[in-house]
Amino acid sequence: MVGIESYGAYIPRYRMNHNTIFSAVGFLGTFPAPGENAVANYDEDTISMAVAAGIDCLSGMNREKVDGLYLATTSQPYMLRQNSAIVATALDLQSGMRTADFSGSSKAGTSALLSAFDAVKGGTSSNVLVCASDCRLSKPGSSQEPLYGDGAAALLVGSDDVIVTLEGSYSVTYDFPDRWRAAGEKFEHAWEDRFIRDEGYARMIPEVISGLLKKYNLNIKDFAKIAYPGIYVREHGAIARRLGAEPGQIQDILLDKIGDTGSASPLMMLAAAIEGAKPGDKILVASFGNGSDALFFQVTEKINKLADRRGVKKNLASKKELSSYEKYLAFRNLAPMDLGMRGEESIRSPMSTLFRERQSILSLCGSRCKRCGTPQYPVQRICVNPDCGAVDEMESYRFSDKKGVLFTYTGDNLAASIDPPAIYGFVDFEGGGRFWFDLTDCDLDSIKVGMPVEMTFRRRYIDEACGVHGYSWKATPIRA
Amino acid sequence: MAEGIKNKVAIIGMGCTKFGELWDKGGEDLMVDAFQECIEDAGIEKKDIQAAWLGIHFEEQSVGKGATSLALALKLPFIPVTRVENFCATGTEALRGACYAVASGAYDIALALGVEKLKDTGYGGLPGFRNLMGARNALIMPKVTAPGTFAMMATRYFAVHGLSPDEGKRMLAKVSVKSHHNGFLNPKAHLRREVTEEQVMNAPIIAWPLGLFDCCGVSDGSAAAIVTRADMARNFRPDPVYIKSLQVALSSGEELMYTQWDGAHVETGYRAGVLAYNEAGIKNPRKEISMAEVHDCFSITEAVTMEDLQFSSRGRVKDDIESGRFNLDGEQPIQPDGGLKCFGHPIGASGLRMMFEMYKQLQGKAQQPERQLKNPKIGLTHNMGGFPAMNVVSVAIVGL
Repeated sequence: MVGIESYGAYIPRYRMNHNTIFSAVGFLGTFPAPGENAVANYDEDTISMAVAAGIDCLSGMNREKVDGLYLATTSQPYMLRQNSAIVATALDLQSGMRTADFSGSSKAGTSALLSAFDAVKGGTSSNVLVCASDCRLSKPGSSQEPLYGDGAAALLVGSDDVIVTLEGSYSVTYDFPDRWRAAGEKFEHAWEDRFIRDEGYARMIPEVISGLLKKYNLNIKDFAKIAYPGIYVREHGAIARRLGAEPGQIQDILLDKIGDTGSASPLMMLAAAIEGAKPGDKILVASFGNGSDALFFQVTEKINKLADRRGVKKNLASKKELSSYEKYLAFRNLAPMDLGMRGEESIRSPMSTLFRERQSILSLCGSRCKRCGTPQYPVQRICVNPDCGAVDEMESYRFSDKKGVLFTYTGDNLAASIDPPAIYGFVDFEGGGRFWFDLTDCDLDSIKVGMPVEMTFRRRYIDEACGVHGYSWKATPIRA
Repeated sequence: MAEGIKNKVAIIGMGCTKFGELWDKGGEDLMVDAFQECIEDAGIEKKDIQAAWLGIHFEEQSVGKGATSLALALKLPFIPVTRVENFCATGTEALRGACYAVASGAYDIALALGVEKLKDTGYGGLPGFRNLMGARNALIMPKVTAPGTFAMMATRYFAVHGLSPDEGKRMLAKVSVKSHHNGFLNPKAHLRREVTEEQVMNAPIIAWPLGLFDCCGVSDGSAAAIVTRADMARNFRPDPVYIKSLQVALSSGEELMYTQWDGAHVETGYRAGVLAYNEAGIKNPRKEISMAEVHDCFSITEAVTMEDLQFSSRGRVKDDIESGRFNLDGEQPIQPDGGLKCFGHPIGASGLRMMFEMYKQLQGKAQQPERQLKNPKIGLTHNMGGFPAMNVVSVAIVGL
C-alpha cells in the first residue's frame, strides 16, 4: 500500500506582525489584514528550510532506505546546480538515489508528491522524501509582502508502515496567469486580485475537489479534514460552504500565523491534518497554481506508532517577533547595509574543495575511530585521541542528528554580521566529538555555558561575484 | 638525547622602532629603522652578517611574500635570507631560525628581524580570519575574530573557576590597568595613557565578555636582533645576553576536536613552558624567572598564561593579580614595557620586541630609569599565535 510513512515541517522562528509592515510601507497604500508572517532568518532560504523539514520528517526513520528526494519550490537559489541534490547531501542520504527539482508553480508541492507516489507505485523507488519549501522575495510595499510567509514541509512516501494511504487524486491544469516571474527576474508580477480570486481561486478549487469526489464517488462529508490554500480568507470560507463542508472539516490555513507558504502550503496543511488525525480519517488536500491537484488520503492504525516530532504544532508555538522592518530588509538584502571592511572581504568559493570535502561541509559528517570509538569532526585520517592515534581506521559518523551542549561561547561585535553580535561557540556532542560553530536563532543574553544545543543547516554566504550560495551547519539552542 | 641550544648562542645587538600608528612609515622603512639601531648596538657592520631571517605575518598589504623585501630594503649583499611565518609567534620563529643556524655552526653572525605594517590594512583590529585558515576551514569554522576566540576562553575560565562575569572582568581589568601603567612610562610604546579599573570595566564590549581595554593595540613596528656564537659574544660587548632555551609547541587537534581540554587554559602554553624550562634547567619558574613579556593579546590571555607558565597555580592567578605580584614593582614583573596591550602588536615584530625589553632590562639599560627592574637574572618571552583551541606558542628564556 502506497502512502506516507512520516511527515515533518519547518517554520522559521521569526514572525513579523503585519502592523510592522504597515508602519513601514503603509504610506504606499498597503493595508494588510491583521496577523503575522513567518520570516526566514538572514541565514535561511528555501534549501536550508527544506533540510530542516527533512530532518523533522526523518527523525526516528531509517535514512539508509531513502532512495529518492524531490524538492518543490518557486524560490530555488540555483537555476543550474540541482537544489534537491544539495538537500540530499545535507541530509546525508545515499548517493545511489534519484533527485529532482519541481518548480514553476505554487502547485509544485503536490506535483512532487504525486510524482513520488507514482515512482513508489511503479516500483522505481522505494522511499521518496518530498520536501516543499518556499522563501519568496517580495517587493517592499507589495500585496504579496504580508501575504507570503516562509516555511517548509516534508513527507516520506513509501509502502511500508504507512501512516496515511494515498487513495486517489484528480488534477486540473490551466495556463492561468495570476502571478509570473520571467527568467532572471527578482520579483514576481501579479494581475489584479479580483481576477485571481474570482476567475481562478474560486473556480478551480471547487472544480478540482468536485472532480475528485465524482471520480471516486465520494461525498464531501466523508472527509475528516479538507485542506486547500487560503490566499483569500473570505473566499476560502465561501468555497467550503459551496462544497457543503462544515467549518470543523476545514483545515486551518495558518494565513494569519505564518502566511501563505507557496508550494509548501498544501503539504504543510496535510502535515497539520495528519498531526491531529486518528485511524480511519479521510483527508483531502488541494493545491492552487496554474490549476490544482487534489489528493485524498486515509489514515491507518500505524499513525499511533509514529514517534513524536516537531511537526507544525511545535514549530508554530516556538517564535520570536521580528519587530524591525529595517532588519527584515537587511536580512533579505533589499537595502544595502554597511558591514564595515570585514563585510567586504572576498569570499572564496573553491568548488573542488567543496565537493571533495562535502561530507564535512554539507553533511556534517566526521569520522569515528574504529579502534577507540572516538567521534571527531571534521573528517580525520589520524585519530585525535592522544592515546590512540590509529591511522586510516575511520568510519563515517554523522553529527547533524546529535545533540550537544555549549562548551563556551561569545557574542562578537567586531565580526561582520548583518545581525550583530555574531554569536559562536564550541559544541560538545553527545556521544563524543567537539567543534566550534556559529550559533543562530538565539540572543546573547539567553545562552549560557552548558546549555543543550542542536545543529541546523544554514546558508553561510552569498558570493554574488561567483553566483555561489554557500551552506554549512550552525548550532542553535534546542527549539521547544 | 637532544642537548638543546642552552648557552650556545648570544644576542649582541638589538633594535626596536617606536610602535604605533605610523602613517608616514612603510614596512621597509620600519625594517631600516630597527636594523640600523640593531647593528649600531651590536657594533658590527652589515658585511659581517652571514644570514638573515625575516618574520612577517600579513604580507599582502605590506611588503609581499618571500624574503626579498628584507634583502632589498637593507641592501643585504647576496646572503641567504629566509622568511618565516607562524601566526603571532612569527617574530620568535625568526629569532629561532637565526639562533639554530648559529648553534649548528653554519654561521657565526646572523640577523633576525620582525616587522608588521598593520595600519595599511584599513581595519581597526586585525583583518578577518576567514581566509587565513585554509579553504575547508573557511567553510566550516565560525566567522571568528581574534577577540571573539579569546573571549570564549574568558567565558570558559569564569565558568570553570566559578567567577561571576563581574568578578572575572574585574580580575582582567587589573591586568590591563597594570600594562597601561607600564606603557605610560615607556617612550617607545604605542599606547601611553594610564587607565582606571572603572574605565576598563565600563568600556564598550568588543566580544563578550571582553571590552575595548581588554584588547591589545594594533600597531606598526619592527624589531631586530643580531646573534652570534656564545664563545664569540664577548668580543663584541661585555654584556651579551645568552639564549637559555627557545621552544615552540603547536596544538595537536586535541583541544579543538577531543573533549578533554577544559577551555580555560592554553595547553600549548603549558607544554612550550615545560619544554623551555627543561632546556634552560629551570626547576621553579615562579621563583627563577625574574621577569617576562608574555603574549597579552587580550587580558584573559595574560591571566591564563601566568598559570600555563606555572607562575601561578591553576585557577589562582586572581590572587597574584590582586597582590600586585606582576606589577613593575612586584615580585615577578610581567610586561614591564607595556606588553602587546600598550607597547603594541605588530604581529611579526612582537616576539623580537619582547626580547628587546628582556635584553635591555638584563643589561640594566631600560629606557627611562624608573622602568629599570632591580637586578633581573632571567627573562622569559612568550608568544601565542592562533586561537586558544588551535595555536602555536613559543617560549624563549634568556639570561646574562
